[in-house]
Amino acid sequence: MKGMTLIVRNVAGLISGFVMMYGLYVVATGHLAPGGGFAGGVIIMAGVVMLVLAFGGDRAKALLDEKRCHVIDASGALVFAVVALLGLFLGGFFKNFLPVGKVHEFFSGGTILISNVAIGVKVAAGLVGIFLALIVATRQVMPKE
Amino acid sequence: MTIDLFILVLVAFMVVAGLIAVEASDLLSAVIAVGAAGFALSVIDLLLGAPDLAFPQVLVEVITVVLLIRMIMTRRDTSRQTPRDTLRTAAVLLAGGVFLVTAFLAAGGLGMTGNIPAFGDPLLAKDAHADAAGAPVLAEDPVGVSAQYLAGSASQTGAANTVMGILLDYRGYDTLGEATVIFVAILGGYVVLRKVGRKRGSEAQPS
Repeated sequence: MKGMTLIVRNVAGLISGFVMMYGLYVVATGHLAPGGGFAGGVIIMAGVVMLVLAFGGDRAKALLDEKRCHVIDASGALVFAVVALLGLFLGGFFKNFLPVGKVHEFFSGGTILISNVAIGVKVAAGLVGIFLALIVATRQVMPKE
Repeated sequence: MTIDLFILVLVAFMVVAGLIAVEASDLLSAVIAVGAAGFALSVIDLLLGAPDLAFPQVLVEVITVVLLIRMIMTRRDTSRQTPRDTLRTAAVLLAGGVFLVTAFLAAGGLGMTGNIPAFGDPLLAKDAHADAAGAPVLAEDPVGVSAQYLAGSASQTGAANTVMGILLDYRGYDTLGEATVIFVAILGGYVVLRKVGRKRGSEAQPS
């Protein structure tokens, strides 16, 4: 897939950083404000997809290939499951074993923050990987003449 | 009690259908088996008093089966059956075993603190009842679990966002299932879209 024009590339380069930053913010403050891992992961994925569309698949492939995406995706899922299992051995499945902290402070909610970050990483990496796989599949179906 | 027995029979039917779907040699029987499992699931939904879940299940099942059969009609399956990989089978069995053991422990086996209620035990707002017009009326002191979630979420989980406190703390088990659904869907996408792995009959190396 080829990139788009200079204007689109510049605008996408300027905006995508803010989009991903906002996604990270939504993931990290899931226990304080509406949002969380699923929503924030999708926002991060939207920033990456914007870059891939603007600059073309080949430059994106140099940084992120499907296999790497899948490894990140699976490790996010693993962290989430490990948090759940640690809870099981410290009292109950999905027990919140970390100190709860003060409400409205950033470091509060115990394991909720860790689980949110794990889910965010998982969703973002998985969807970006599917997007890259779709680019490859489209190119295979319609080869360049 | 009879409903429990009926549900058990249906679950056994679903397990058998799933096994047939995995083991069937041609794709058409596999698709039909998948459809049968889905319809059994929708009947279970109906029996458990969740018609709003059963209708989408039937719809999705019909659409999926029609689409899959359409796909099979157009494209002839030329992939060759590969011999079984012992290591892979062992890994799958191991993962299944770990899942079963975890589920057993989480359900309260071996003296672990089981906090999953009995099957079919109504959880939400036990004291709620409907008035003459059919509108739900909460009791003055509701002991149902939803009221406790709302009351205790800030102090027990420390999350200012009550939704997140319920999603990732009280009902973390459900969220794990949700994450698993996404994970499996993405895996399925990779399997359908991947470049290598599916060898055509003519290209497959004789083994």
